[in-house]
Amino acid sequence: MADRPLPPPEVAREWLETMTLIRRFEERAGEMYAKAKVGGFLHLAIGEEATIVGSVRALRETDYLISTYRSHGHALARGTEPERVMAELFGKEDGVCRGRGGSMHMFDLPRRFMGGYGIVGGNLPLAAGMALACDYLGTEDATLCQFGDGAANQGTFGETLNLAALWRLPVVFMVTNNQFGMGTSLERHSAVTDLFKRGEGYGVPGIRCDGMDVVDTYETTCEALRQAREERRPVLVEAITYRFRGHSMADPEEYRTKEQVEQWRQRDPLTTFGERLSAEGAVPEQEREEIDRRAIETVDGAVLFAEASPFPAPESLYDDVYVLGDQVQGWYSIDERAAGVQRGEDIGP
Amino acid sequence: MSTETLVPDPVPAAPASEVMTYREALRLALREEMERDERVFLMGEEVGVFEGSYKVSAGLLAQFGPERVRDTPISEEGFVGAGVGAAMLGERPVVEIMTINFLLVAIDQVVNHAAKVGAMFGGEVRCPLVIRTPNGAGNQLTAQHSQSLEGWFAHVPGLKVVAPATPADAKGLLKSAIRDDDPVVVVENLPIYKEKGEVPLDPDHVVPIGQAAVARPGRDVTLVAHSFATVRALRVAERLAAERGIEAEVVDLRSLRPLDVETVAASVSRTNRVVCVEEGWPTYGVSAELAARIQRACFDDLDAPVERVGMAEVPLPYAKNLELAAMPNEERIAATVLSTLELA
Repeated sequence: MADRPLPPPEVAREWLETMTLIRRFEERAGEMYAKAKVGGFLHLAIGEEATIVGSVRALRETDYLISTYRSHGHALARGTEPERVMAELFGKEDGVCRGRGGSMHMFDLPRRFMGGYGIVGGNLPLAAGMALACDYLGTEDATLCQFGDGAANQGTFGETLNLAALWRLPVVFMVTNNQFGMGTSLERHSAVTDLFKRGEGYGVPGIRCDGMDVVDTYETTCEALRQAREERRPVLVEAITYRFRGHSMADPEEYRTKEQVEQWRQRDPLTTFGERLSAEGAVPEQEREEIDRRAIETVDGAVLFAEASPFPAPESLYDDVYVLGDQVQGWYSIDERAAGVQRGEDIGP
Repeated sequence: MSTETLVPDPVPAAPASEVMTYREALRLALREEMERDERVFLMGEEVGVFEGSYKVSAGLLAQFGPERVRDTPISEEGFVGAGVGAAMLGERPVVEIMTINFLLVAIDQVVNHAAKVGAMFGGEVRCPLVIRTPNGAGNQLTAQHSQSLEGWFAHVPGLKVVAPATPADAKGLLKSAIRDDDPVVVVENLPIYKEKGEVPLDPDHVVPIGQAAVARPGRDVTLVAHSFATVRALRVAERLAAERGIEAEVVDLRSLRPLDVETVAASVSRTNRVVCVEEGWPTYGVSAELAARIQRACFDDLDAPVERVGMAEVPLPYAKNLELAAMPNEERIAATVLSTLELA
């Protein structure tokens, strides 16, 4: 599969740049988590850069993308500013969700990135709905739905694939098979481990790609999107990949061996693609170092930006939540009988 | 050799209790009940090899094997329903759901199946199922991972819901739940898992479902709480005693369904003022139910309206400052108590 020809050099270089940016961003996010600049859960996509960039680059700008709680990379690949992604991780006002969502809930409406979701399998029906809306409006837009191997065991998987096939929706389901649903390995959580075969019974044909190879992932996703868009047939793509880090930062990784991780690291998508680009004369080795340096600079800038951005204003707590008049004060303020109580009044630093 | 040497050394009496964490107390309850009754088995995401997302089941796979400590796929509706089915045949499954937020994926099996089969089939079958799951917020886990939805389950006839706030109650209530013939939702709590307390070691000691406890006696005002709100209420009570000489009584509900109104009413009828505290949203919440029950039971005793403190009515935001402000923090509880006492 690594034999697929490279795209034009400027395209290949941009893919490498984006993959490098994701890698460096994720590493820095992990460091910031260790420094308690980032809270909550943090799920890194280190190792999955080829799957992310290959599939996202197959989208048109007008297509929709929807993902999971492991989605910093999807936002970055879609073009969301690294500064705003980092600011979101820091819980700051300039973050993509104004600090409301954090690591698990990236979002970028102008770039048609319809969000990262925290409930495993929760995003699949939404993807069908987005495809339904596109179909309803008679547009040519398609939807790419990303989820993990663990999500393939949720009820929403079967329900959504059937709906999508029945209604001939322009949607591609991409299962990022990184070999583990949290700490449970594929063969311990799935009776059928060829996940791409799981769609056939629902009328959704499946195909597998090498998720460690950005070119193969790109070509496979392009064809899947073409079928979805032109033939109105949903497709299930299984990208075989591996996460080099734990499920989240809180994962001691006792369920897998160092040898297995090391074996997969031999196929590090960033290294293999970079070396191939140099070997085939598309990007000289020196330029690769330059790309890496620039990615680190960008991430440095993102951290500075996030640091400098303010925390959300206390009085913004109820923004975007419907309340009737000032009823909410009864529960939020100390005493609903007291006059002059303001929203967010007793918020500490 | 003199006869004196025949006097045996005094055998140290087995300790009646031991200090352990909430999670260790839950683990002890599971171990004792699994040893006592072969029908008891555990299943859930990461309960075996990973030893539980919050390490409650650590060591149980090694002791009981994969038949009785069963790792599941991420298929909450599937394995909760499987728990219902196995319980209908007389097994006593204990199903762990990683957090109460994920129990929503399986809510149809809980509400439309587990809660119904006993009565709907005329008492022909029982459903001795236990669902263990933590609620809780405060670690920036954001809107989809920070909810306290136990009130939803307490709303449903056919279910029992307990929410222990101490290690001793965690052990005693989980054991009662496992021995109960009805489905019981055992609501654990993320911040309390690490808290320590004295826990009775007698394997026959249980805490009956449906009995509240006076966690701290007092005469001036009653705080009614459950789960982590009890911990907060106790902190506030100590602070008010030290700083203002106010003696607040704290009633820990322990069970939400059945609800021990008697203990609550007995307290309120003495203190004449009450603040209900919960980690969930107050609207249609546990404190709403309490307010209704208290006004009826204590109508003539109340010197002030029933007050409530709960989570701000928003999907919990990620940013640390907003999260802190949204929670029913101790400042807010204390201020409400003072207001109820007309001292604010």
